[in-house]
Amino acid sequence: MLIRTPRRGDPEPSEITPEKLYRDRRRFIGASLASGMMALAGGGGAAPLPQPGARFVQVPRGAFGTDETPTPLEKVTRYNNFYEFGTGKGDPAVRARDFQPRPWTVTIDGEVERPGSFDLEDLLKPHAFEERIYRLRCVEGWSMVIPWIGFPLGNLLKRFHPTSRARYVEFTTLHDPRRMPGQRRGILDWPYVEGLRMDEAMHPLTILAVGLYDELLPNQNGAPLRLVVPWKYGFKSIKSIVRIRLVERQPETTWHKAAPEEYGFYSNVNPEVDHPRWSQRKERRIGELFKRPTLMFNGYADQVAHLYAGMDLRKYF
Amino acid sequence: MGAGRFRSGSTLPAWLLAAAPLARLGWATVNDSLGANPVEALAHQTGLWSLRLLLLALAMTPLRRLTGWRWPLRVRRAFGVMAFVWALLHFAIYLVLDQGLDPVVVWEDVVKRPFITVGFTALVLLVPLAATSTDGMMRRLGGRWKRLHRLAYVVPVLAVLHFVWLVKADLREPLIYAAILALLLGLRLRWWLAGRPAASTIQTSSRL
Ligand code: HEM
Repeated sequence: MLIRTPRRGDPEPSEITPEKLYRDRRRFIGASLASGMMALAGGGGAAPLPQPGARFVQVPRGAFGTDETPTPLEKVTRYNNFYEFGTGKGDPAVRARDFQPRPWTVTIDGEVERPGSFDLEDLLKPHAFEERIYRLRCVEGWSMVIPWIGFPLGNLLKRFHPTSRARYVEFTTLHDPRRMPGQRRGILDWPYVEGLRMDEAMHPLTILAVGLYDELLPNQNGAPLRLVVPWKYGFKSIKSIVRIRLVERQPETTWHKAAPEEYGFYSNVNPEVDHPRWSQRKERRIGELFKRPTLMFNGYADQVAHLYAGMDLRKYF
Repeated sequence: MGAGRFRSGSTLPAWLLAAAPLARLGWATVNDSLGANPVEALAHQTGLWSLRLLLLALAMTPLRRLTGWRWPLRVRRAFGVMAFVWALLHFAIYLVLDQGLDPVVVWEDVVKRPFITVGFTALVLLVPLAATSTDGMMRRLGGRWKRLHRLAYVVPVLAVLHFVWLVKADLREPLIYAAILALLLGLRLRWWLAGRPAASTIQTSSRL
């Protein structure tokens, strides 16, 4: 099932090196500390989770690459929609600064044979991380290219043995207004909930991310664990996940609840289906002046179009 | 009353005040300090300054009435005309950078998307207001000038509606502007009702 986009090659490592210029010296120190500790721990997968403040080392390049230039780290971390930390694009970078993403517990329950609550480190231990350079298209009409570090969600779900009744996956963000000040106002019906159909969740493009560039996931990008579904609008890629529940019925998701006629359950990137208030034909790639055409399924049609064969995408938007 | 005759030099500070954010935005653009999405930032800032100046222009008559000062009516024109200039910049950004100067796409947007329809209407209505803002036009139009310039009440209503309609979930900011607008229009309504000869009968009948 691993289909590579034939026309696009993986980017050269040199394309993303300029971002290294952004790093401060502390990180280098942290990194050497981390690699030291890794040596002590013996290391499980190819690229284990570093300690907070440290960097990932030797993360192998995964599939589905793009030759587009990644959006600079500075922009990826200062232009965020993460209403748990405020509705302004610059709010999360400021207001999530002191957020502590450790210790962190993730509950996996519902239609699985082995439900439970797990400390993040334990949950992630069996997984080898890889880099996935994906386009991210926001429903608002802008986009980025982000080198995520993560692993396929399907690999994790399989470990818990979904039952035959598991047809959807429901994800929930942390709900803690003391730590997430944006939740003190009822802008959305907290906690944030998102969902995928089982086949979407098991698709090899769908990953759980724990880092970007070679950093641990910054707080404002959804630390410590977030979903990335590159062919759907950004709000589907839920951040700071505390619960993964397998369910029989289609989950009621947060933005759908807020405005059912504007944000559908599927929310696949689709230039042909407008948001009721604006067109989705074009997008502004962060860093570019003019808008560029939006691609069907955000350019991942070869990989995912078959999931929706026969479906009326205007109805199931 | 009316704006009266004045030496244009005396309103220069108001023109400069209304244009000052332009310098700041220009500087920030050149320095690339508008954040990750500078085009969006420029669209927002130009829209916001247009709206703020529309409201400021609308605040001048109440200010004059409440304080007895004369200067508010003299600077009203500066705020109104500059609101139009900001709206033009706002539209230009949309036209060139969002829609690549494609008139078909722009027209589709104007007829299909209520928030654009309303914003566009506001801009179109500002054109005759700006065009008749000179002393010469005021003299020439006489009484009709006052009637035409009642559009200055309609435009900010459309602008606030435009703002409310484009927000995704957090209505706080547009509602602050809506509240200020309601206050400014409410004051006028009260004074207008109080000034009408039949005001007392209307008040008694409304109690029924
Ligand atoms: C008097 C006329 C107008 C006023 C006062 C006005 C005001 C505003 C305001 C206050 C905003 C919100 C800024 C923010 O979110 O912080 C806005 C956004 C916007 N306006 Fe206008 N507007 C006017 C006319 C127009 C016209 C004619 C168009 C296009 C035909 C337009 C297109 C837009 C768009 C596309 C946005 C959203 C920008 C974005 O989110 O990137 N506006 N406007």
